[in-house]
Amino acid sequence: MKVLVAVKRVIDYNVNVRVKADGSGVETSNVKMAMNPFDEIAVEEAVRLKEAGVADEVVAVTVGSAASQETLRTALAMGADRGIHVVSDEELQPLAVAKVLKSICLEEMPDLVIVGKQAIDDDSNQTGQMLAAMMKWPQGTFASKVELNDSKAVVIREVDGGLETVGLSMPCVVTTDLRLNEPRYASLPNIMKAKKKPIEEKQASALGVDIAPRLTVVSVSEPPKREAGIVVEDVSQLVDKLKNVAKVI
Amino acid sequence: MSVMVIAEHDNSSLKLATLSAVTAGLRISETVDVLVAGSDCGSVAEAASKIAGVKRVMHCDDPAYAHMLAENMAPLIVSMSEGFTHILAPATTAGKNIMPRVAADLDVAQISDIVDVVDADTFIRPIYAGNAMATVKSGDAVKVITVRGTAFDAADQTGGSGSIETVSAAETADSSAFIGQELSKSERPELTAAKVVISGGRGMGSGENFKLIDAVADKLGAAVGASRAAVDAGYVPSDYQVGQTGKIVAPDLYVAVGISGAIQHLAGMKDSKVIVAINKDPEAPIFQVADFGLVADLFEALPELEAKLT
Repeated sequence: MKVLVAVKRVIDYNVNVRVKADGSGVETSNVKMAMNPFDEIAVEEAVRLKEAGVADEVVAVTVGSAASQETLRTALAMGADRGIHVVSDEELQPLAVAKVLKSICLEEMPDLVIVGKQAIDDDSNQTGQMLAAMMKWPQGTFASKVELNDSKAVVIREVDGGLETVGLSMPCVVTTDLRLNEPRYASLPNIMKAKKKPIEEKQASALGVDIAPRLTVVSVSEPPKREAGIVVEDVSQLVDKLKNVAKVI
Repeated sequence: MSVMVIAEHDNSSLKLATLSAVTAGLRISETVDVLVAGSDCGSVAEAASKIAGVKRVMHCDDPAYAHMLAENMAPLIVSMSEGFTHILAPATTAGKNIMPRVAADLDVAQISDIVDVVDADTFIRPIYAGNAMATVKSGDAVKVITVRGTAFDAADQTGGSGSIETVSAAETADSSAFIGQELSKSERPELTAAKVVISGGRGMGSGENFKLIDAVADKLGAAVGASRAAVDAGYVPSDYQVGQTGKIVAPDLYVAVGISGAIQHLAGMKDSKVIVAINKDPEAPIFQVADFGLVADLFEALPELEAKLT
């Protein structure tokens, strides 16, 4: 069984993101970058399937600038077998990324695609579902558990009311939620080994899919700031403030 | 402009998030149409027709839609989409699951989690866990949108007199099947709709200790939430999680107990009207957004708080 995982290079989740003064976006120069945390979970899940003998091969894909290769190497260091780097200097929107991934899927014919449920930069939460629709495959989004048996995937999903279990025929797309697993750190020997693993480069513009942006960012601004309030002495004072000042209880 | 709102429901009653999506729709058009797809969901169609501003309810009753599987819902929505300029759904786990499939089938972008409508083509949505707000303009003929419930008031559930039209099922897929669900049972208000929310974090130390939170919640009529750390530690189920990738809440009063205040958590609650933080670490970042901070041991403060609330 072949598993395809998609990874995205994003601003590290610990970085306090700042909006650019001209309102054109957020500051990305000299900012620490990392693999999108949900994609780490996707890579981990795929690698575990390989370690369990369920998957034979794990292919990691990224779509992005030359620097995205770093993120692909991280996936390889975690245990993916090979990488595909779809190079695009333009930031692609989810619909375009899904089209790129579709063209990779048609070539690679994976049995399972695992992607993060959302990237923590644009917070879109779209690409996995869009890819599934384009491939006419079923989807198991926001997965907290995935079990594969007899060409079926049983996925436990984190939904608003609790948990939901769905059965999907394969191939299918799974998008990861936080509780699916705890991703490993790549060990130094594995980081060294990853440098020798193959990465195939393709130009996004050469795939013959429409990757033009559909949304224009008019401006990016700071959210309204919350001012810190006061520190109360004790519980009595807290209750008094809530009753008589804030009037919320 | 012609707006379709996808109703979210459990086949017997309408979920409140639908009402916020209707309000967002009414910012685009004077009236909206609502699609109610489910199984034996006549009462939901009835309720939807009474929402102020709803002109027409498209009611599709078929077992294929009982659990709103995206593989079945998306083709139905696409089959009904002719003539609509906007298709809106609440940004709940159901909406997030279904709508990108609709957008892909229509070959248009999806605009996720909008918090404001600037005009019929332009919307505001949070990015980077709400640390930046992006104003985006769509050039697509149909706008597929998910709506953040806390950003729009609920539409009035009465006063409407929409017509109810039965529509037939679209093509269904047998590639996915609903197997079961484990829903959290609670007598408390729903987290995203509650006026008061009290959440516990890693500082709670155990699931058992959430009883202290429950006791205060009972006094306040509050919903109970949690930080990611508390969910990851297994103290409470995942549907308690408030934050960037969990639930977004904006109650009148939010009480954060034993929560340090990571940006991912703040993203889920910083639009609350009044924020209270109880934490023994005076340096915890949560105090930077709290209106009232109490530096205290929560194991002493919570029982005392419970006793002082009437």
